[in-house]
Amino acid sequence: MTETVTRQPLGAGSDEVALITTGAEAFSPPRRPTQDLALVRHRRHRRTVDRVMTVALASCAAVAAVPLLSLLWTTLSHGLSRIDPTFFSQSMRGVAGVGGGALHAIWGSVLITLTATALAAPIGLGAALWLVEYADRSRSLLTTGLARAVRTVVGVTAGLPSIVAGLFVYALIALVAGPGYRSGLAGAVALAVIMTPVVESACEEVLARVPGELREGALALGAPRWRCVTSVVLPTARPGVISGVLLGVSRVVGETAPLLLVAGFTDSMNLNLLDGRMASLPVYIYSQWQNKGVAAAAYDARAWSAALVLVVLVLALNLTARLSARWATRKER
Amino acid sequence: MTAFADSLPVELDQSRLDESDEACSDGLVQLTPDDLSKLLTDDRLDPFPPSGLLPEVGAEPTDRVGPTDQLELHRSAQTAQSDRPAGLEQADVRRSRGGRWGDTTWRGLTLAAAVTTVLALGSVVAFLALEGAPATAGDATDLPAQAPDIWALTWPLLFGSVWVSTLALALAAPIGIGIALFSVLIARRRLGTWLGAAIDILAAVPSVVYGLWGLTVLAPLAARAYAWLAAHLGWVPILSGPASATGRTVLTAALVLSVMVLPLVASLSREVIRLVPSNLIEGALALGATRWETIRLVVLPQARSGVTAGVMLALGRALGETMAVAMVLSPTPFLISFHLLRSENPGTVASFIAQNFPEAHGLETNALIWLGLVLFALTFLVNSLARALVRPKGRTA
Amino acid sequence: MENTQIPAVGQEPAAASAARPTPTGPTKTRPWGASAAIGLALALALTACASNERPADPTGSTSSDSLSGTINAGGSSAQTAAQEAWRAGFQSAHGDVTVNYDPIGSGQGREGFAAGAYSLAGSDDAFKTADIATTEFTLCAPGTGIVEVPAYISPIVVAYNLPGLSDLKLDATAVAGLFTGQIQTWDDPAIAALNPGLELPTSAVTPVHRSDKSGTTGNFTDYLSQAAPDAWTAGRTETWPQELGGEAAEKTQGVRQAVTLAAGAVGYLDASQATGLGVAVLMVNGQPVPPSAAGATRTVAASQLEPGRGSADLVFAINRTPTEAGAYPLIMVSYLVGCQQYADSAQGALAQAYLAWAVSDAGQAAAAANAGSAALAADPALATRVGEAVDSVR
Repeated sequence: MTETVTRQPLGAGSDEVALITTGAEAFSPPRRPTQDLALVRHRRHRRTVDRVMTVALASCAAVAAVPLLSLLWTTLSHGLSRIDPTFFSQSMRGVAGVGGGALHAIWGSVLITLTATALAAPIGLGAALWLVEYADRSRSLLTTGLARAVRTVVGVTAGLPSIVAGLFVYALIALVAGPGYRSGLAGAVALAVIMTPVVESACEEVLARVPGELREGALALGAPRWRCVTSVVLPTARPGVISGVLLGVSRVVGETAPLLLVAGFTDSMNLNLLDGRMASLPVYIYSQWQNKGVAAAAYDARAWSAALVLVVLVLALNLTARLSARWATRKER
Repeated sequence: MTAFADSLPVELDQSRLDESDEACSDGLVQLTPDDLSKLLTDDRLDPFPPSGLLPEVGAEPTDRVGPTDQLELHRSAQTAQSDRPAGLEQADVRRSRGGRWGDTTWRGLTLAAAVTTVLALGSVVAFLALEGAPATAGDATDLPAQAPDIWALTWPLLFGSVWVSTLALALAAPIGIGIALFSVLIARRRLGTWLGAAIDILAAVPSVVYGLWGLTVLAPLAARAYAWLAAHLGWVPILSGPASATGRTVLTAALVLSVMVLPLVASLSREVIRLVPSNLIEGALALGATRWETIRLVVLPQARSGVTAGVMLALGRALGETMAVAMVLSPTPFLISFHLLRSENPGTVASFIAQNFPEAHGLETNALIWLGLVLFALTFLVNSLARALVRPKGRTA
Repeated sequence: MENTQIPAVGQEPAAASAARPTPTGPTKTRPWGASAAIGLALALALTACASNERPADPTGSTSSDSLSGTINAGGSSAQTAAQEAWRAGFQSAHGDVTVNYDPIGSGQGREGFAAGAYSLAGSDDAFKTADIATTEFTLCAPGTGIVEVPAYISPIVVAYNLPGLSDLKLDATAVAGLFTGQIQTWDDPAIAALNPGLELPTSAVTPVHRSDKSGTTGNFTDYLSQAAPDAWTAGRTETWPQELGGEAAEKTQGVRQAVTLAAGAVGYLDASQATGLGVAVLMVNGQPVPPSAAGATRTVAASQLEPGRGSADLVFAINRTPTEAGAYPLIMVSYLVGCQQYADSAQGALAQAYLAWAVSDAGQAAAAANAGSAALAADPALATRVGEAVDSVR
């Protein structure tokens, strides 16, 4: 099939074609036998290399699947044992050894992460908007200098190890509210420090990709810049912004070290962000694993079940991000 | 079954060449990028078709040409643009024209957000420096792990961090880039999407769970492999024994880290590879290059700086990884060693902080904060390098 | 690179869509709405009340319970399981009280207590007398001292992984040899001499120690330095001496895991966590002593209180070479630290009630069940002294 296809448009016997299409099946006779042989060999060699490399690239995916499946299997097989109503309706208050649940940790994770998002998303998006919509269009030295500073800072904080963020917020909180102050809010602040640059860089990327013609169109219609931003740029970039925010959320929802230091751990439900310790799923996993009583199996089971819940939660977040972005794209079309 | 090379560009071209046969009188016209892009107008609806440009045998052409439902940021931005200018109605505009205050407020708000980010980081650095400084000048006797002085503590840990992370990236980078190439250029679109989603699951697993997995699943397997390696390949300097019986060595830590940063390498590379202009890829294929040749001669050179930057960012992430390394690695303080299989391994900065902070007090805390600052400086350096790599081609808008 | 793509691509659809009607409001909010809906559904699936909390108490017995409030405590991670048992019991008795315990380590616990972060601290080491004199304890009434009582006494075991071998006997010198690298294989003559008739494997010894700073390491090295000063020269240290090498593991669970992983491994850890591992019988004065709560209590009984401390400041100088029969010397004594008199009397009442519960017979039994510790009641004289010290708190 392919041979007929190639010959017709390209014309038979053209030297140029033969030179160019050596590798494909588009080579055409007549030619001296030795040359043919060399070409055939060369072609075979190239095809072999191509196949080998294709298989190699495909096997990369297969190699990555091994730890993935192993991880999921381990988490599932260890974690399912405590996925029961009690696990989702009880806290650890008054529980020693067997029993108990992670309701307080799930609530803590949800509240702390939502608060961190409420802090980080506006700041990240705002900073991205300022950079893309104002700073990049300004010639003022001060503005461009500040813009460069903001970009450097974002690049730097994006690589900020979470343990360092934890140390910082721990010290900050100790300075402001005394060393014993632990609260969900403090944990949320620590997570927001980690999350803001993630949101910012994702948003900046999306905003920068909104075509200039769109803005120019809006401005040409007489809209002030802020109207252009709210009515044109932001709606256009919305799916990307949502993805960016959810990316930030999934980055921080599994963080252990900062929460351990500033949000602390408790056995009991606490829905008040401002007052008292608040448990969270990663800290729950860590403490159940690390601080076992005599009935060690019960602690292990709780740790793995919480890990399973956390993984499922993050996956659900990812799925929501994908679906919402897809709906948005469909609707716009 | 025919090899895919048989059906390479030719089949794709054919479906379109039929319509413009007269234009191709000399048989080579369609190979110039300009003409290719003209012919492929449909594809330009989707600037980054994940896999459609490299057709598989038997794939329906319409499958590839139609708009994808990929959730790409650039895609949505681009499709949406069609509606938006009209979305701004004249009445809206007129109403808001007088509202200069709106612009000022909006600008002020966003500026405040920008300044907040700078202040936040400024205070992180300032605070770490302030609290870390006493350890560098302080009395030597009170340092963690009875270190004679702060540098005797810092250098080996710094070495350990860099060594583990480099090993991890040496493992993760080829595989991650391979996955990206495979999912963008070779796999069918749906498979590519699924693969991307599957790899993203790895990113969703919290590091505590990686620690548990490394300890309970990976280390026992690794221990057996290490015993064999030490016995048979012990003459290689870094593989010499005695191999650790528990498998909790620097190589195991690097393996766990490499799985953890794999999604980052893969997704960043995927983004960059998608951005390689499709007409270049089309051109190479049309010229008869095989898929691998296209990748080697066109895609990789185009994507090199971006991919390198992605690997550097992943390196930065690996350097800062704490919990998993703390749980998996068996560290010996002050040790600088390249041996991969032994019980005695260099520690890493992040895990050293995590392990010693709880019991630290006084000057020890200062020393750990100082180490935090050092770690921060190191990741800063790596991230700056990554940023410098993408800048020349990146932000010009 | 990205810039080459988008502008070129944008033109065609833009032109095509100019005639289309504009999307209206609802579509804009759709993704947010969807996320919010999913979030809401998730939240509704979870009750905001844990079913095990606040057990309804219609009998009116709450009137007899005047206690309410929160106690924040923190410190020793070794006490975690015991604290869990104490908290569980205390909170069931007093529904309006919440007790938190941060297992962040003894050092942080003591510092947090001094700075006022914790109203109680759990610590593997007591405050030094010099520190008590100079430190200002924020929560304590000015001019009053602190109370330190032993509340968690637990044997530390030398655990090994030697398949098919169960009753290994070791003395302090052999233990030191295993951990310093003097003894390289399990069939070493030093071990064989202690275990006549036992068929020892030829496998290599993999010593596992704590990679973090810990009170367990402190007590273990303290035991070695006192019971085998010739073989162990590193002295008492809470951080493992790095020149000794060996396998390092994070926290008790890390050591347990590492020993479980490798045949030939040996480590030291809290007795309650050694289930499933071989546990060495220590030779003390030529007699084999298996680790037990009773053996731990005997060692405490044979130890002296540190001199120069107040009557409510009960700190032991542990005797690692007890002559009493059956005394197991490798133990950890962990303390509860509180104020003699709290500046806030309500806080004082809470702290007193909790301390009293922890050292009571019932509290100690709960800890023994959950954490495998030795109950104070096994040593009535000590239990009385501790009880008196706790009663003095206000």
